[in-house]
Amino acid sequence: MNLTLKIWRQSDANDKGKMVDYKVTEISEHMSFLEMMDVLNEQLVNAGEEPVAFDHDCREGICGMCSMFINGEAHGPDRGVTTCQLHMRMFKDRDTITIEPFRAASFPVIKDLVVDRSAFDRIQHSGGYISVNTSGNTQDANSIPIAKHAADEAMDAATCIGCGACVATCKNSSAMLFVGAKVSQYALLPQGQVEAADRVKNMVAQMDLEGFGNCTNTGACEVECPKGISLDNIARMNRELMKASI
Amino acid sequence: MSGFFKSSIGRKVAMALSAFFLMFFLLQHLAINILSVFSPETFNEVSHFMGTNPVVQFALQPVLIFAVVFHFVMGFILELKNSKANGVSYAKNNGAANSTWFSRNMIYSGITILAFIVLHFIDFWFPEINTKFIQGDWSGMLEGVDGYRYHEELVHKFVNPIRVGAYVVAFVFLGLHLAHGFTSAFQSMGGTVGRKKAAQNIGKAYSIIIPAGFIFIALYHHFNH
Repeated sequence: MNLTLKIWRQSDANDKGKMVDYKVTEISEHMSFLEMMDVLNEQLVNAGEEPVAFDHDCREGICGMCSMFINGEAHGPDRGVTTCQLHMRMFKDRDTITIEPFRAASFPVIKDLVVDRSAFDRIQHSGGYISVNTSGNTQDANSIPIAKHAADEAMDAATCIGCGACVATCKNSSAMLFVGAKVSQYALLPQGQVEAADRVKNMVAQMDLEGFGNCTNTGACEVECPKGISLDNIARMNRELMKASI
Repeated sequence: MSGFFKSSIGRKVAMALSAFFLMFFLLQHLAINILSVFSPETFNEVSHFMGTNPVVQFALQPVLIFAVVFHFVMGFILELKNSKANGVSYAKNNGAANSTWFSRNMIYSGITILAFIVLHFIDFWFPEINTKFIQGDWSGMLEGVDGYRYHEELVHKFVNPIRVGAYVVAFVFLGLHLAHGFTSAFQSMGGTVGRKKAAQNIGKAYSIIIPAGFIFIALYHHFNH
């Protein structure tokens, strides 16, 4: 496959940035999108140019590091995959592919396609955990009876990898799918009940402090989420906050 | 609790509460107005009751005005906050791949409805307030009109085709606003019922029946005056 790439280039956080066109040739349809980016970068390095900076780590869809807004969609046109799992077979020979960083005021660009998603870390630090004594006297989690549907729903919520596709996709740059998932994974389990009220209040307060937008319930985040996190988690977070505030 | 309504979720809950009230109001407004087509006498009787009943006039009407103003003001506040949260726009954004046009453009359908409400107030509400609260005439009568004046005034407003056209366009945008707003309000309130097929079908039916009913009334009186 021969492709034209329109890529956002930005030297640092203060640079204005612009879209730059590149050509890549002989791309295999079996390559992942990141491997295609590797080919481009080798080409750029060989030509003595600055390679395109982009986030990646595990390259198997579980770390949440890769991002990229590809042809107008977070993680590209495929469903239920991260950018590292996106295959070039989703594109056609001589296609033009637009590649941009995840956009949100709370996700400032560090360089090219790399954005600062530490706002998510700060939201997690504000309450996305349970306090457990790990000195050796910890109770076996399996000794606590948990209904199957609650365990399943908690597990589904916990599959959120915090990639930020929900924020990148949302027309309001809302982080509610992420925060909803993190609140839900504990709210559904008995271990999460003790700190439930403080958790949801603190995480929502931190989310607002970070400057994320409001949820308009378009459902775009759910469609683009590589882990299929359900909008029901946002509804659950709303209920949790109401319960904690009354 | 005051902290709750300052949070992003609290503001959406407040939006949803005002939306529920307004959706109920639309239903009763249509139920009364449709009488103007089938039974002008009953329409006049009900209009006179609504226009002179102290509970409606001095309790429900102020709540309605507050709900309308609140819904618009909060809508604009949320839109401004969302714009600020967005940062730089995408060069290419394929919104149609993951959401409906009307869910992404509630602010524009809302602005169209706001413009309509201004016209609607000039047409009906301001003259009504003038007659009752400034001139002090609570009789519901008009010189040269047999019985109450309400049906005559309604029909008279729909003689002008430009006004009828404006009403029809506004009602189409109202339908688009309701098509997303109905189920969205449930989601904001923390309910998952809005995600159920049955609730979505009720939402679709509501967002078609309400505007279609008002359009029918406007067109009926325009062609039968």
